[in-house]
Amino acid sequence: MSSETVAVTLRVNGETTTQMVAPRTHLADLLRGRLGLTGTHLGCEHGVCGACTVFIDGATARACLVLAVQSDGAVVETVEGLTDAADPTLRALQEAFVARNALQCGFCTPGMLATAVELLRETPAPSRAAIRERISGNYCRCTGYHAIVDAIETAALRLAGHEPR
Amino acid sequence: MPHPPAHAAIDRPNSYIGRSVPRPNARRLVEGRGHFTDDLPTTPRTLHVAFLRSPYPHARIAGLDLAAARALPGVALVATGADIAAVCTPWVGVLTHFAGLKSAPQYPLAIDRAVWLGEPIIAVAATTRAIAEDAIDLIGIDYEELPAVTDIDAALAPGAPVIHPHLGDNLAFRLRLDSGDVDAAFAAAHTVVEDDFHFNRHTPVTLETRSILADYDPATQRLTVCQSTQTPYQMQEVYARHFAIPAANVRVIAGDVGGSFGMKLHVYGDEMATVALSIMLRRPVKFVADRLESFVSDIHARAHRVRARMALAADGSITAMAVDDTTGIGPYSAYPRTSAVEGNQAVRLMGGPYRHRAYRGSLQVVFQNKAMMSQYRAVGHPIACAVTEALVDRAAAALGLDAIDIRRRNLLTDDAYPYTSPTGYVFERLSHHQCLDLLERSCDYAALRRDQQAARQRGVCRGIGIAAFIEITSPGPAFYGVGGAPITAQDGCVMQLDPSGAVRVQVSVTEQGQGTEAIMAQIAASAFGVALDRVRVVTGDTETTPYGGATWASRGAAIGGETVLLTGHALRQQCLALAAAILQTQPQTLDIVDGRVVDAADGQERISVAELARIAYFRPDTLPPGIQPQLVAARNHVPRDQPFAFTNGIQASHVEVDTETGFVRLLGHWVVEDCGRIINPLLVDEQIRGGVVQGIGAALFEECLYSPEGQILNATLADYLVPMAGEIPDIHVAHVETPTLLTQLGAKGAGEAGTAGAAAAVLNAVNDALRPLGAQLSELPLTPQRILAALGRV
Ligand code: FES
Ligand code: FES
Repeated sequence: MSSETVAVTLRVNGETTTQMVAPRTHLADLLRGRLGLTGTHLGCEHGVCGACTVFIDGATARACLVLAVQSDGAVVETVEGLTDAADPTLRALQEAFVARNALQCGFCTPGMLATAVELLRETPAPSRAAIRERISGNYCRCTGYHAIVDAIETAALRLAGHEPR
Repeated sequence: MPHPPAHAAIDRPNSYIGRSVPRPNARRLVEGRGHFTDDLPTTPRTLHVAFLRSPYPHARIAGLDLAAARALPGVALVATGADIAAVCTPWVGVLTHFAGLKSAPQYPLAIDRAVWLGEPIIAVAATTRAIAEDAIDLIGIDYEELPAVTDIDAALAPGAPVIHPHLGDNLAFRLRLDSGDVDAAFAAAHTVVEDDFHFNRHTPVTLETRSILADYDPATQRLTVCQSTQTPYQMQEVYARHFAIPAANVRVIAGDVGGSFGMKLHVYGDEMATVALSIMLRRPVKFVADRLESFVSDIHARAHRVRARMALAADGSITAMAVDDTTGIGPYSAYPRTSAVEGNQAVRLMGGPYRHRAYRGSLQVVFQNKAMMSQYRAVGHPIACAVTEALVDRAAAALGLDAIDIRRRNLLTDDAYPYTSPTGYVFERLSHHQCLDLLERSCDYAALRRDQQAARQRGVCRGIGIAAFIEITSPGPAFYGVGGAPITAQDGCVMQLDPSGAVRVQVSVTEQGQGTEAIMAQIAASAFGVALDRVRVVTGDTETTPYGGATWASRGAAIGGETVLLTGHALRQQCLALAAAILQTQPQTLDIVDGRVVDAADGQERISVAELARIAYFRPDTLPPGIQPQLVAARNHVPRDQPFAFTNGIQASHVEVDTETGFVRLLGHWVVEDCGRIINPLLVDEQIRGGVVQGIGAALFEECLYSPEGQILNATLADYLVPMAGEIPDIHVAHVETPTLLTQLGAKGAGEAGTAGAAAAVLNAVNDALRPLGAQLSELPLTPQRILAALGRV
């Protein structure tokens, strides 16, 4: 409950920033509240729903479970940064999500995309079961997941140079 | 059967109706550029609210010490229920068309006494949410615990503590329906099947929690509320009424809404208190529910115990059905739609797909000290469907009939319409048999049965469940307006031809991800005659869209869509009149196609729409004398020919049950749905799939667990199970298309269909798998524990 703040320096979407934060501030609040990166969403703030998924030092993490002070020195990438950097994996996924209507309200989507980007970077041609397994930490309340699985499958094929069926 | 009218706008050249075009707003959302309420920029003047909520299901507030909380730096105001009540009048969740429905005045925050665990008691507004939460921890409060009524039977028992003593008892509402000679039918029955069914509470869990940012400007007495809501105009009326501000001074803006499913159209005390604080403090005030408070303050859903019986003749025809539904709604009936609708629809939809004429339904709606229960997606439908379809399967087993066969014998025939059901529902045109036939083919039912036999040889328990359903859509004024609710059944549209030749469509229906904006753009583009990318749709703001009902009960496409269609026609006529004046011809010899005014006869271009607009806006001096170009059209539409519409469909579920662990594996799920005219197949299929998965959640996973004392035991997302991708199968969707003849568009609505039938299909599939083992379940969700108990293993 103390009001003391701590300096945190981190690289977010290619830009280095130093912020004074209360020790209890989590990374998602820093991204959203201080940096205006509101594409990172908060669905539970207890590490279950995956809406806050971002990349920290190249691997996905739940920004609601990471304190801002823990990310001192980290490299953080959000959906906005990967979009602006024209990340090819993200771009293929975004195209496929839009074409397949793999989002309804879109609240889960940035986190879902981050998880899918990591999956496709590691596994170029995942099976539907593998896709379902991997995105099981990302809740979607609207779509029922089928279209999301389709879209990730399509993006994987495109990235591998195949025209999807 | 009458022939469908020529659907002029739909069959026009280059119509977008029936085409799978992607949504214009999807691109924004995949790039993280949404505008959810919590994303909106705030100023340093904005205050953030946290609430002290009751930790007891029923308690008197015996003492309060707010000094330390008030003294915390950063705290602007600590408000009690009485403080808030000074600016906000209470509400009572009753409507006159539910005769006898009673409820007590409800205040934004509890005053003196809390009646459910999670009820807000004290509000703190501070410079940050974290400081507001710190202040909550500093509040000294003494509770005197009162006896809690949680069980529905105990609540009705003589001598039970009465939650609202002035109401006399805990019975909020009672309804009895009687049609045909039910007793005679049961007396004469060859076979009677019966059971008690339990549907445990679950909750919608929109991924975006309830969020609101209220800003009151005392200088102009204007209230602006940005809110994650389905119903901006309803909320405008509510704020006007309860804060005594003229409705015209209230602006409600629903930006991106992260899921709603019927949960975001009720009035919540914490949201009303947030508005009250903005008025009291003359500053912007924001409240975003955290997930833990969502579980105890969002409405819960279902909560029914149904005693049901079905009578059949020897040939398998259903002759009568009788049900007795008791539903627990928490301590108040929700406002402004009441908590009677869920039970009312459940007892009226029972047996809905079938031909029998004898029916008796009784309903008791009961107060209890649990979170409030009210409308959630497919209100009442899953209950009616699961009870009916479970009994049909039991009857089939008793009579040695196949599940498809018994339904084919009993479903209303496709030539029976118009048809009035024993509960008084009028079905304009349904297609049960076409849907059943298509389902049988699409799931390859015979192959599934062969697979089941083969699996049994291997000692594997597989089952197939079928569930036919009807769905209420397109509610007219009979739904709420007649009962005195400030909820309109009409929609409005204003359509403008811009100087560039683009079309702007302002419409009262709202978007929560269903694809409303895409569908309205498709209809507008088709009706007026421009390319889809020339249409911009504006929704969700009472200041910039015409008055209307918005999006609930699957009304968007049917009512909103028809409104846009009529407006598009009107604007086309106006533009044709202008073009005819310029071209010195008659309007009826012209048409608008793809942004060009053409000769109706041969399609030859005469003038582009953009050129027409340019002349009208910038060079009207060149027009013939006396011509006043009319470049805006506006229309309203409300269903007048029937109180509400019905659609129908059928689902199949294929499951495998592990009899050692009680786990259910979903192998496949199929839906055949008839939602009338399909405007965008891509979007409608995803509405259905999303609905199915919510139904599967209710069938297998989702349950708000309460202790007998009324403590909620699993109010976190880690403990409350929401369906995840790994456990959900692919969902195959097919359509029969029977447009309503009562509108030009012919759309009926599809938002509830998936949820209406999915739980019933899964329940029947699990029971089908377990039948050879003599086990049978009738309580949802079908947890491993319950399955093992049914198998006698625990
Ligand atoms: S908000 Fe981080 S996992 Fe839900
Ligand atoms: S699209 Fe709404 S939660 Fe996934």
